[in-house]
Amino acid sequence: MDIIEYIKLVFTDYTLRTITLGTAILGAVTGMLGSFAVLRKQSLLGDAISHAALPGIAIAFLLTGAKDSNTLLLGALVSGLLGTFWIRGIISKTHLKSDTALGLILSLFFGFGMLLLTFIQKQPNANQAGLDKYLFGQAATLLESDVWMMAIVTGICLLVLLLFWKEFKILLFDADYTKTLGFNTKIIDILITSFIVLAIVLGLQTVGVVLMSSMLLAPAAAARQWTNSLSVMVFLAAIFGAFSGVFGTAVSASQNNLSTGPVIVIVASIFVLVSFIFSPTRGLLFKQIRFIKNRRDLQLHKTLAFMYNIVKSHENISHPHAIKILNNFQGYTKSTLQKLVSKNYVTLNGSMWSFTEEGFKIASNLYNQQTDNNE
Amino acid sequence: MENKIAVKVDDLTVAYNYKPVLWDIDLEIPEGVLMAIVGPNGAGKSTLIKSILGILKPIAGSVSIYDEPYEKQRQLVAYVPQKGSVDWDFPTTALDVVMMGTYGSLGWIKRPGQKEKKEALEALEKVGMLPFKNRQISQLSGGQQQRIFLARALVQNASIYFMDEPFQGVDASTEIAIINILKALRKAGKTVIVVHHDLQTVPEYFDWVTFLNVKKIATGPVKDIFNDDNLTKTYGINYKVSIQE
Repeated sequence: MDIIEYIKLVFTDYTLRTITLGTAILGAVTGMLGSFAVLRKQSLLGDAISHAALPGIAIAFLLTGAKDSNTLLLGALVSGLLGTFWIRGIISKTHLKSDTALGLILSLFFGFGMLLLTFIQKQPNANQAGLDKYLFGQAATLLESDVWMMAIVTGICLLVLLLFWKEFKILLFDADYTKTLGFNTKIIDILITSFIVLAIVLGLQTVGVVLMSSMLLAPAAAARQWTNSLSVMVFLAAIFGAFSGVFGTAVSASQNNLSTGPVIVIVASIFVLVSFIFSPTRGLLFKQIRFIKNRRDLQLHKTLAFMYNIVKSHENISHPHAIKILNNFQGYTKSTLQKLVSKNYVTLNGSMWSFTEEGFKIASNLYNQQTDNNE
Repeated sequence: MENKIAVKVDDLTVAYNYKPVLWDIDLEIPEGVLMAIVGPNGAGKSTLIKSILGILKPIAGSVSIYDEPYEKQRQLVAYVPQKGSVDWDFPTTALDVVMMGTYGSLGWIKRPGQKEKKEALEALEKVGMLPFKNRQISQLSGGQQQRIFLARALVQNASIYFMDEPFQGVDASTEIAIINILKALRKAGKTVIVVHHDLQTVPEYFDWVTFLNVKKIATGPVKDIFNDDNLTKTYGINYKVSIQE
C-alpha cells in the first residue's frame, strides 16, 4: 500500500479515520500536559496514575456490568485520582521519598487491578471479554463517540491552559515564591494534576495502562530539546504527540498484526532519540562538535600565544624562527601549524616559521586579553 | 527618631518533626533598616523568613506587617528565595522571570502587558542585566541568576524585602552591585531583611542585626549589639571578630 493510497483511505475508511483522529488528539493532549509533568520532575507520576487506574476499570465493570468505555473510564478516573492523592499524602505525611511512594501505590493498585481482572474472567458472564484491552490498549476498539469525548476534554484542557498559563508557569518554576505573591498554590497544583490524570485515563483504551506514561513523557522530552520557551515547548510536544499518533496508526494499519499502542509509543520514542542527538543547542551531536572545535581553537590560541612570547623580544616581528623550538610546547602539533598557515597568520620557510603582520596583531591582542582576564 | 514597626513577629514556633527549628521568636523590625539575620547552620534563619512569609506553617505564633496580619499586607512584601531553590534549566528567559514579579499585583488569569514589561525592563536595568534580557536562564552565571531574582523582587515595588542568602555563590562584583541596591532601597525608606553568612561584612553592609540560633539571641543596631558576647552566645564558641569603626 503506498502513501497516497493510505492517505485516501484515512479520509474514506470509517475505522481508520476514527483511529487516526483519536490517536492524534490523544497524542496532542498528553504531549501538552506531559510537558508540565516533565518540568515538575514528576515523570513517574504518569506511570503511577495509569497503573492506579486499573482497579477502577474493574470495579466499574463489576458494579454496573456495563462495557461501554465511558463508564469504565469514569471508574479509571476515580481510582487514578485516588491513587494520585494517596501518593501525595504519603509524601507529605511520612518520611518516604516520592519514588518510594510512587512505587508503592503503582504496584499496590496494579496488583489489586490484576486480581480483580482475573476474578472477572472466571465469572460466568459473556460480557467479561475485552477488559484486558486496557492493559496494552486496543486502538481498533475506538468509536466515534470516544473520539468526541477526547476532543471535548482536549478543548477544555486547552481553555484551562490558556486561562491559567501564567499561574501554571510560575508554579512550575518557583512554587514558594508563587505562594508569597498570594496565589493559592494548592488550587493550581490540583488543577494541573487533575488534568494530567484525565489525559492519562483518556488514553487507556488506546495505549493501555502499561505504556501510557510514555505518551506523557516522550513528546515532552523531545520538545524540550528544541526550545527554551515554555509555550513553544508545550506546542511542540502537542505536535510531536499528534504525529506519533498518526504515524503509529499508519504503520500498524499497513502491517498485519502490529498493535497500534506499542507502535505509537515506539514512534514517540524515535522523536525523543532524534531530538536528543540532532537538536542544535542541546543535542549530543552538536554539543560534541562544538566541544571538539572549542578544544582546537584553544590549542591554536595557545600556540599563537607561545609564538608571540618568542617573537615579541625581537625587533622584526617577521623574523624567522625554527619550528623545533615549538616542540617543547604541548599545544603545538603539525596540524595546528598548518592551520595557522592557512589562516595566513604564519608563513613557513623550510624548517623556519615567521609571523605575518596579521598573525602578529591577532596574537598580541590575544595575549593582552588573556592577561586582562587574569587580573 | 521614633520609627514605625514594619514587621512584628510574636511567639513564633516552628517544627518540622519533633524538634523545634524555631522556638518562641519575638521580633520587631523597625521601618527603614537594613537587617542581617545571622546564626550557625541549622539555626532556622531561612525557616524564619519562610514562616513570616507563610510558605511554612508555624505551630504557633503570628506575624504582622505594619500592624495588620501578613495575609492582608502581602502586596507590601517581596521575597528573594535562595538561588538554589529552583531549577535554572527551566525553559524561560531572564525577562520572563523578572516579569513574574508582576503576577501578584495582576492576580488570577490576567496576563502581563506592556506596562508590566516596561517595569520588568527597568528592574533589569537597575541590576545591570538589561543586555541579558533574552538570555535563557541556564546560560546565566550564578551571580547573574541572583541579580535576576533581585530584579524580580524589585518589580514588586514592595516596602519590605526578605532575601535568603543573596550573596551565596556570587562573584565580588555582583556582591557589590547587590549591596548597593540594598542600600539604595534603605535610602528610599524600604525595610530590607537579609539572611547572611559572612560575619566579617555585617558591620560594613548592615545597620541592624538579629542573632538567631533556634531562639532569638539578640536584635538591635549593629553598633550596639554586634559584639563578641552575642557572637559567642549564638555560635557557641569563643568568636572573635574585629568590628570596623
